[in-house]
Amino acid sequence: MNTVRHIYFDHNATTPVSPEVLEVVVSALGQTYGNASSIHSFGQAAKQQMEAARRQVAALIHASPKEVVFTSGGTESDNMALLGVARATLEPRHIITTAIEHPAVLGASAQLEREGVKITRVPVGAAGVADPDKVRAALRPETVLVSVMHANNETGAIQPVGEIAHIAREAGIPFHVDGVQALGKIPVDVAALGVDFYSVSAHKLYAPKGVGALYIRKGARWNATTFGGHHERDRRPGTENVPGIVGFGAAAEMAGRGFAAGRDLTAIAALRDRLETAVLDRIPGTGVNGAVARRVPNTTNIYFDGIDGEALVIALDLMGFAVSTGSACSSGAVTPSHVLTAMGLPAERARASIRFSLGLSNTVEQVDALAGALEHAVARLRRISVYA
Amino acid sequence: MPELPIAVAMSGGVDSSTVAALLARQGRSVVGLTMQLWNQRRLPEIAGEAGGTGRCCSLDDVYDARRVAGQIGIPYYVVNFEEQFEERVVKPFVEEYLAGRTPIPCTLCNNYIKFDRFLEMADAVGADQIATGHYARVRRCPESGRYQLRRAVDAAKDQTYFLFGLTQEQLARTLFPLGEMTKPEVRELARDLNLAVAAKGDSQEICFVPNGDYATFLDAYLKERGEALSAARGSIVTTDGRALGEHEGVHHFTVGQRRGLGVATGEPLYVIATDPRTRKVVVGSGNELLRSRAFVKDVNWISFADLCQPVRAQVKIRNKHAAAPAWILPAGAGNPNCVEVSFDEPQRAVTPGQAAVFYQDDLVLGGGWIE
Repeated sequence: MNTVRHIYFDHNATTPVSPEVLEVVVSALGQTYGNASSIHSFGQAAKQQMEAARRQVAALIHASPKEVVFTSGGTESDNMALLGVARATLEPRHIITTAIEHPAVLGASAQLEREGVKITRVPVGAAGVADPDKVRAALRPETVLVSVMHANNETGAIQPVGEIAHIAREAGIPFHVDGVQALGKIPVDVAALGVDFYSVSAHKLYAPKGVGALYIRKGARWNATTFGGHHERDRRPGTENVPGIVGFGAAAEMAGRGFAAGRDLTAIAALRDRLETAVLDRIPGTGVNGAVARRVPNTTNIYFDGIDGEALVIALDLMGFAVSTGSACSSGAVTPSHVLTAMGLPAERARASIRFSLGLSNTVEQVDALAGALEHAVARLRRISVYA
Repeated sequence: MPELPIAVAMSGGVDSSTVAALLARQGRSVVGLTMQLWNQRRLPEIAGEAGGTGRCCSLDDVYDARRVAGQIGIPYYVVNFEEQFEERVVKPFVEEYLAGRTPIPCTLCNNYIKFDRFLEMADAVGADQIATGHYARVRRCPESGRYQLRRAVDAAKDQTYFLFGLTQEQLARTLFPLGEMTKPEVRELARDLNLAVAAKGDSQEICFVPNGDYATFLDAYLKERGEALSAARGSIVTTDGRALGEHEGVHHFTVGQRRGLGVATGEPLYVIATDPRTRKVVVGSGNELLRSRAFVKDVNWISFADLCQPVRAQVKIRNKHAAAPAWILPAGAGNPNCVEVSFDEPQRAVTPGQAAVFYQDDLVLGGGWIE
């Protein structure tokens, strides 16, 4: 019925599986069906492929393969980090995080709060970046963990995790980084950063959904949060998702090669900048939220004053362009984005903001078409909006 | 120039699902939209075990609407109007109850959400018309050029009582495809179209009030807002001033109510009036409920622009009331949009806050709110 050709500008929500990754996943699904814990040859084949993938993922974040635990995705990794550290310590316990975290970290810390853990949510400035000095000031004797995201999913703002890692290390406090939106977009080196836990997700990296990993630094104090068999060195029980994991490995390998070549990301940054320039030049009453921050190259968050962001997302979808009002999870929620309001945007402007997240397949022609569609849709919405 | 789409308000029920499927089958370009109006998991003490499953705006309804949209192959979106709904429907509903009146939130929702905010969203998606599953008919009068609202063919399902507030601009852009059909015909059509919701039950109650229990909803809502009713207790008195007992707050009572008074007397007693100021609930015999006049404010005229001289009409003062013959009289120059209704026969329970809707047979002349 709907014959519009759709162009995808929502890569922070998820990415298409790349053809190379698809090939290894399908091959594993069809042929490597052994249980990686089994003694026989089928199990050994699965185990071999899975461990190769673990080395690939470890290499991308500069970890030792033994420090990489496969999970079902970013949300599970974040929960494992926060709950696992909190449960490894006795009362009183205190955790420092920020106001702009993904719901996975916000939700896990809210649950710990109900269980008696004190939580400090460090505010951010207008750029959407947490101030390391505020993290330092929030430290208490009973602080058991600092958790800060590497790159924000809505604005792309890169957080000063290196500096915060330094502060945490000096204070002797473990540091968790939610790296879901950073992996594949900027180089990640957990060893150089000096973090203790680092969450990643495969489907933001052109691999399938339902697989992710948690980096747990060797020697970090941490308790398992789910219980069962001895998989993943007793850190995460359950038969491993071998096809997903080998897909993750292949995607990690490709991302690493991309960084080495230095090509993909500068190209995406150029497209992102082209989109911003076109919108800001051609559509009045617009601006980039958090433009002054250092950002991952593929993300921009733009406000269109006087516009209902939800209506604009729907109008663009009907014109064939997939964009988002923020994190995919908050669509349909009443409250405006917690990230944008934490940056000091009034609710009106937060509701008038749209996230564009570009990916490897986007082209100059697509960006120009999107800018044209935006110009058209925003003009129409402003004409009819009685509240503008 | 491609044909502009029709925005269909899809609740996940059989009526609006059939509307969407019918229009799509006719080859119209259709966009399905579900209005998320109220979070059924809010107010946990009244939400029930499944978080409001089975009521309007539950996740189940969105699931059903999305399934139908997928089945008939139309673009579908959920739009969130919770903030406007609370501001324009829930808050006035609560305030009216606390002021001793018995409000109709569905009419407010039609006036300010379904035919106002929703039309704006239709504009946003480029649709020039909207369609809903209401049982009512819209006609353009060839002589006056005005859009007329007429009762549905299925008298039992007719919803014009809740639609009297629609403006000419709103009616001009609205389609009620079910107005010419009976409910059994709609169900049969839904089955013919193989809609997944063909056998789904009808929704009856006010969507945000579980089990029709207004008083419990009011208590929970006020508690959430930290505005718990203070000194709500008052007395139950007869029309001649005898005190019969005490009550937990006038908002537990509505005019005409018989059950739940908590007082035992020989003859059946009815609530005749409530007074939030003195916290008195006045009770009396059935005959004392009879009124032959009513004042109606904020009148919206549909079939003509203004009332200049008295007209004959049948007046409906509750959804289930059989419209009663009456004269409608202009209330005078100092009271624009107000009329006096003079019934031929006295009517039971003319309830402040309810709507009075004026009919001439099928035709809705207009309506307003009983003072």
